[in-house]
Amino acid sequence: MMKSNFKIQGTTVLLSLLFAATGMAQVGKPFIHDPSTIMECDGKYYTFGTGGGGLISQDGWTWNTGAVRPGGGAAPDAIKIGDRYLVVYGATGGGLGGGHNGKILTMWNKTLDPQAPDFKFSDPVVVAQSDGFEDNDAIDPGLLLDPTDGRLWCSYGTYFGFIRLVELDPKTGKRVEGNKALDIAIDCEATDLEYRDGWYYLLGTHGTCCDGANSTYNIVVGRSRKVTGPYLDNMGRDMLKGGGKMVVAAGRRVVGPGHFGRVILEDGVEKMSCHYEADLDQGGRSVLGIRPLLWKNGWPVAGDNFKEGTYEIESERRGYALELVVDFVRMAGGMRGFGRSEEPVKPVPSQELADVIDGWPKGNIGVRIGDYMFRPHQRWTITAVPEAGGYLGGPFYKIVIEGTERALAATAEAEVVSVPKFTGAPEQLWRIDQLTDGTYRIMPKVVPHSNEKLALVSAGDSTPTLAVFDMNSDNSKWNFR
Amino acid sequence: MNMKRTACLLSLGFVLLAGVGLHAQPPLSGRPAGGSSQRDTLRSIAQYFVPATKTAKAPDADGFIQRWLLLEPIVKQNRSNTVFTDSYLRKVFDTLYFPNQFTVLPKHGEKVNVSGRELTWHALDSKNFNVKLFRFAYGLNKPEYGVIFWAVTVVNCPQEIKNVRMAVGSNAASMWWLNGKETVLLSGDRRMVMDDCVSARLTLNKGRNIIRGVVINGPGMSDFCVRFLDEEGMPVKNISISCE
Repeated sequence: MMKSNFKIQGTTVLLSLLFAATGMAQVGKPFIHDPSTIMECDGKYYTFGTGGGGLISQDGWTWNTGAVRPGGGAAPDAIKIGDRYLVVYGATGGGLGGGHNGKILTMWNKTLDPQAPDFKFSDPVVVAQSDGFEDNDAIDPGLLLDPTDGRLWCSYGTYFGFIRLVELDPKTGKRVEGNKALDIAIDCEATDLEYRDGWYYLLGTHGTCCDGANSTYNIVVGRSRKVTGPYLDNMGRDMLKGGGKMVVAAGRRVVGPGHFGRVILEDGVEKMSCHYEADLDQGGRSVLGIRPLLWKNGWPVAGDNFKEGTYEIESERRGYALELVVDFVRMAGGMRGFGRSEEPVKPVPSQELADVIDGWPKGNIGVRIGDYMFRPHQRWTITAVPEAGGYLGGPFYKIVIEGTERALAATAEAEVVSVPKFTGAPEQLWRIDQLTDGTYRIMPKVVPHSNEKLALVSAGDSTPTLAVFDMNSDNSKWNFR
Repeated sequence: MNMKRTACLLSLGFVLLAGVGLHAQPPLSGRPAGGSSQRDTLRSIAQYFVPATKTAKAPDADGFIQRWLLLEPIVKQNRSNTVFTDSYLRKVFDTLYFPNQFTVLPKHGEKVNVSGRELTWHALDSKNFNVKLFRFAYGLNKPEYGVIFWAVTVVNCPQEIKNVRMAVGSNAASMWWLNGKETVLLSGDRRMVMDDCVSARLTLNKGRNIIRGVVINGPGMSDFCVRFLDEEGMPVKNISISCE
């Protein structure tokens, strides 16, 4: 019995370690290079990659092959315009020491679901090309539908010369008649254009690709008040002179992020997609990455996917911490006096769970927000629940008091409580999204008997509840410390 | 075979497109793309360089030095740029390829022999802020990949300027000297970024100062840009550049 338990526990620990190790990338078989911007279609997520095909996900966390994109070629992008999807890709001569006579092609589809009866790509149309000799290689396109005027733009190019910008017709996907390409950057590839708060952003991938764990790929950005540039970095350097501010580089066992894509889920909740040239926990293969997208001082920067651990859950409202409603247990000691003392200086042990848990009620215990004193009733261990699935960019988590199975749960009255044991019930599963300002939103997977999408919110300095998320209110935001 | 025909059709297309009513365009901030097609049969450096003149040349508005003596590329096969570690570069750049390579101020048209190949120095003014070595090699029908380029220029200062820094960007790796002293080494598989690597504080002497650089690349485009920055990080522009 002991031996069996040991094995089970050992296996669980191993699985947990593996899961934690792969926390930066997606799960399933997320193997892809140059993923297009993630599209949602009829409740599923899609991304296309180099060479044709791509990945599909039911929940945004587990990804597997299955998306269909004809045409082969390299580094596609996708955008939804009206009720259709426009897919763009490059057909190249080989790059680097190979040919540079590339073509950029666009094609439409009403759906991205290859099983749908109306799944059919239109014939691809060439919208830009390079002749193999000029300072451009027509590859790696990125699309922007300008929200200010509805015009459609496509950037493309690689290290061979300039990144170029052309205008497309958003109704046809063809090149606007008479449009002449503009040079807008050098020394990057896999560019993508974004718009936010009066700025146009040009994101490009810098460094070396396709060298596994030694790939130095990273994503940089410049911005401009006009879509046509000039795109300057934070030092005022033009991307036509190699400028670029770092958005994301290697870290946490994933190497070589490249090929940026942006997904705006709602106000304050944004994700970026990329591929990592090598995920050291997945055989060093190139994998899809999805992580929070933050905006700091007007610049995009990759957030970090939530890291499992034990934390204070701090309310952004006042800075108090989420805690159980239990008696505050004083630590030994008290006022030590300010006078001289010959007493030797010794560390004072922290209060431990065993010091207090016997005084806690055995059933449900309420939850409030209070002064953080790093006491056991304030320390929450947050771990992913692999079998519970996930959402775009993350798995669902359980949130329990450190050293216990006492779990945070949503109630049918749209309040929060702690239950004595985590059971895996959906109201005990939590979604954690880092917001664009770096704080976090915490949401139960479900609120019992409700279809409402609610988040953990501070109703008062000391009172948590569940309510509609509001990016403009610090009540809706939390930090993990 | 089809290249010339494609070029003709493209040219015709541009002419036709230019004649039709254009979609309203925003004011152009980006640069119109250079659509010219440097055909294999028409190789030239004229799109990127002009011959240097006897008249000293000022740096450009941002302080970039555009006048250089460039040696035709030395072949140094590297299928990948990932080998460009600091120690590899020091070994390769310390190799003697031609006589007096660390001291010579060559003249335009002067030739050196490297491993049985005769290579020529070219005194050129780049039309761009950077020096497009790939286009230099391509235009002269020389190897573009797996190459080492040597570059030399002369900076003339009306008076001594202390505490300047040499700011370099290169694709790929490179090493630079001022008046015979090493200033900066750019290692790794680099892309050219202005002010990428900057030297420690230097003194530009009154009169002539010689900059020497060597750039190595495997596959991909090669180029570099060099300027001096003053103590405030502003470009040094009260200098003139010559090849002698």
